[in-house]
Amino acid sequence: MTTLRYAYYPGCSGLGTSKEYDMSTRAVCEALGMELIDITDWSCCGSSPAHTVDDRLAGALSARNLVQAGDIEGVDAIITPCPSCLANLKTARHRLQKPEFRAEVNKLLERPVHGDILPVKSVLQAIVEDVGMEELRYRVRTPLKGMSIAPYYGCIMNRPPKIMEFDSHENPMALDNILEALGATVAPFNLKVECCGASFGVARRDIVERLSGKLLNLAAENNAQAMVTACPLCQMNLDARQNQINVANSTNHVMPIFYFTQLIGLALGFSQSQMGLEKLVVSPRELLAGAAG
Amino acid sequence: MKIGVFICHCGSNIAGTVDVAKVAEMAKSLPEVAFASDTMYACSEPGQEGIIGAIKEMGLDGAVVASCTPRMHGPTFMRTVARAGLNPYMFEMANIREHVSWIGKDKEANTAKALDLVRMAVAKLARNKPLFAKSFAINKRVLVLGGGVAGIQAALDCADGGLEVVLVEKTTTIGGKMAKLDKTFPTVDCSCCILGPKMVDVAQHPNITLYASAEVDEVNGYVGNFQVKVRKKPTYVDWKLCTGCGACLEKCPSKKSPDLFNELVGTTTAINIPFPQAIPKKASIDAGSCIKFKTGKCGICAKVCPVKAINYEMEPEIVTEEVGAVIAATGYDLMDWTVYEQYGGGRYKDVITSLQYERLLSASGPTGGHIKRPSDGKEPKTVVFIQCVGSRDKSVGRPYCSGFCCMYTAKQAILTKDHIPDSESYVFYMDIRAPGKMYDEFTRRAMEEYGAKYVRGRVSMVYPSGGRYVVRGVDTLAGTQVEVEADLVVLAVGAEGATGAAHLAEKLRISYDAYGFYMESHPKLKPVETNTAGVYVAGCVQGPKDIPTSVAQGSAAAAKVLALFSKDQLQSDPQVSSVDLKRCVGCMKCAMTCPFGAIKEQEVRGEIKAQVIETMCQGCGLCTATCPQGAIQLQHFTDNQILAEVNALLASELEETQG
Repeated sequence: MTTLRYAYYPGCSGLGTSKEYDMSTRAVCEALGMELIDITDWSCCGSSPAHTVDDRLAGALSARNLVQAGDIEGVDAIITPCPSCLANLKTARHRLQKPEFRAEVNKLLERPVHGDILPVKSVLQAIVEDVGMEELRYRVRTPLKGMSIAPYYGCIMNRPPKIMEFDSHENPMALDNILEALGATVAPFNLKVECCGASFGVARRDIVERLSGKLLNLAAENNAQAMVTACPLCQMNLDARQNQINVANSTNHVMPIFYFTQLIGLALGFSQSQMGLEKLVVSPRELLAGAAG
Repeated sequence: MKIGVFICHCGSNIAGTVDVAKVAEMAKSLPEVAFASDTMYACSEPGQEGIIGAIKEMGLDGAVVASCTPRMHGPTFMRTVARAGLNPYMFEMANIREHVSWIGKDKEANTAKALDLVRMAVAKLARNKPLFAKSFAINKRVLVLGGGVAGIQAALDCADGGLEVVLVEKTTTIGGKMAKLDKTFPTVDCSCCILGPKMVDVAQHPNITLYASAEVDEVNGYVGNFQVKVRKKPTYVDWKLCTGCGACLEKCPSKKSPDLFNELVGTTTAINIPFPQAIPKKASIDAGSCIKFKTGKCGICAKVCPVKAINYEMEPEIVTEEVGAVIAATGYDLMDWTVYEQYGGGRYKDVITSLQYERLLSASGPTGGHIKRPSDGKEPKTVVFIQCVGSRDKSVGRPYCSGFCCMYTAKQAILTKDHIPDSESYVFYMDIRAPGKMYDEFTRRAMEEYGAKYVRGRVSMVYPSGGRYVVRGVDTLAGTQVEVEADLVVLAVGAEGATGAAHLAEKLRISYDAYGFYMESHPKLKPVETNTAGVYVAGCVQGPKDIPTSVAQGSAAAAKVLALFSKDQLQSDPQVSSVDLKRCVGCMKCAMTCPFGAIKEQEVRGEIKAQVIETMCQGCGLCTATCPQGAIQLQHFTDNQILAEVNALLASELEETQG
């Protein structure tokens, strides 16, 4: 089997709040024949504040990472697990095609951008497009039989469609297809691309409690036993704030919130600790024990 | 040669940005010009009389009018010149409005360009020759394409006017979209009850030949003499024998076939008659669903048919019809609403189109006129209508207003209340567009008497939750977000040109727009004509319109055909190609490039030569540009005439550079 090689951009959450996403991504990618080469000396993508302040500054932050990635030999793409990093890298790449923008950004950079820039994909897109569902299905050792899971994509994974260029922005199917390949039951869930409240958890917690509350309610209503995400922020809001959400909305959800890479890992035969499941706030132990039995 | 030049002010249209007096003055200095003047409105009665007067007084041999586009007034001035006793082709037009005054504000530059155009026109006119039209006979039969209400009206009017009509309908019955509607707005009368009798008239009219389940393969010829190949698709039932008794339908074991007439709400039998009022009321087999076609077993319909009409071996049949005019009335189709993924189009069973809802309302529909949710057959208590799905939405490439959706939504909201008195209807709308007679009153009645709740704003998404559907949108008047829990969601889907319309337009050699609608010859003054003589349009084929307008257009197109056929002979346009036999080497390259098949081989004293069939030539000039010998020339646009224009233009350029 040919090895797929990627420049890997873990992003800041990958080293902090969503360490288990990074862990599981690395393990799963290796198992699927995807070689990840960390971008040397990568810096913050600008996350959510930079682009609201100055698009050139935001462009420069991402451009620096794109240039660093260009040093890596023999890779066809940059991949990142985090949709926010993805959006920033993709947006910067898109805008840098314009000579005027590129010139402005290059003024800010020690190492300016020259020539072509590597394409940027999410880990999700790379698994769907480069590995493929057939291969994934073939590699499943312990199917997630009997588990009903709601696929939740978050609002920026596929938006804006002209820049993200992956899956439908209204009804994405990538996670649905992965769940199906892993042998899980896909719970009907139609708030796939709704906002979880994003970083409002800091400034206006009530907004997160309302928006994320809706997501949990609908998932529970449709008999989902867990939700699966591809975004550290979505995961944090639904998982770490689940108790706050319950208190605010007088609900009592106990809904484990997985990263999709954790579920792939489990199905491929990795152990729970290899997938960092103990790092989840809402424990999936009971659910997984039930599924195993 | 004595030429007169008339420069038109067109009010301030031209005179505002062109020094017309100066242009007239310059024209006088040209050697062939005997008379030149500027005139306020050349096309007005005094304007035309002025031209006639000058021609007669000065004994002019030809006239140049510098004014608007020849498309608008070319024929007008040709008639003027003819009234003055000259050959109408001893006339040239310089377009100094669309090509000059309307496109720039620099008076000096405009005047200079107007001078150039007039100089060119004079140079050409000096080389013009009188041309004479030939007469040819007309075949006074008319082909109507499409058996919807517009086509039916056109066919009946033509037939009542004494013409022989060939009506070609793609599906197995006429009636079109109107036959699928339950009621019509704003009168709320039964759609099929008012259309049905007209359909019967079509079937019984001695002058109408109806080909249902048929399509046009090929159109050849020209106004007055078209040859049309009609392909009759196999229905696997001999319609000459079938009595429409329905015995086959009852016994057909394949009961889950897609029911196209019912817009796929509900199913039908593989052999079926679309609906009780169908014309022709004949059965046909849907080969895609038929067990006999799929497995070779069954054949029950053939066994039960009392007149032995079933024929599984039936092949398509081509018939050639000769007609003098064509009316295209092939209607519209709904835009593909499944691109609205946020509404769950095509995914959620209870999110349906307006036309599907129409079938649920109809007594002849799959639910017998009871509104039932497709998912579980329950009666919905809250129905949400979402308007402008595929209308006025640039993001899905449909920027235009489909026009009738506001009205049919109001009608459906009213009917919903009639059917289910304890129901609630919500209508999410962008604007209410109800400009027809009694239309605004009708939408108000939906709100005021029937209590339909109108919310101004777009819906952002629809999602199922707990057996119902959450419809989330914005109320732009209240400035808030709204969520409505609905049992059924009806999408008011906009219209686009019918499937295959573009293909048909190419066969008819007429233009169509980016949305598949056919282009009328003039948006205001020639609404049912096309740019191909003898081809007319009626109904939604030209753009979305309601029933009254479609019917009016059907009648209008029929009137045009009757006017055309009121003469026994038509005059051919003499601006056609002609072959100089001495120069022609018989290479026949001209015939290969001619898109109209108007050039054929002939033998002249043992040599192959090209020959132009003048009645078929459309005067496009492709052959002229192709001929290596310069042997074929387009009359009125000969090489010499065009070169004279170019020389006239270059002469002025030359003067400028030297001066």
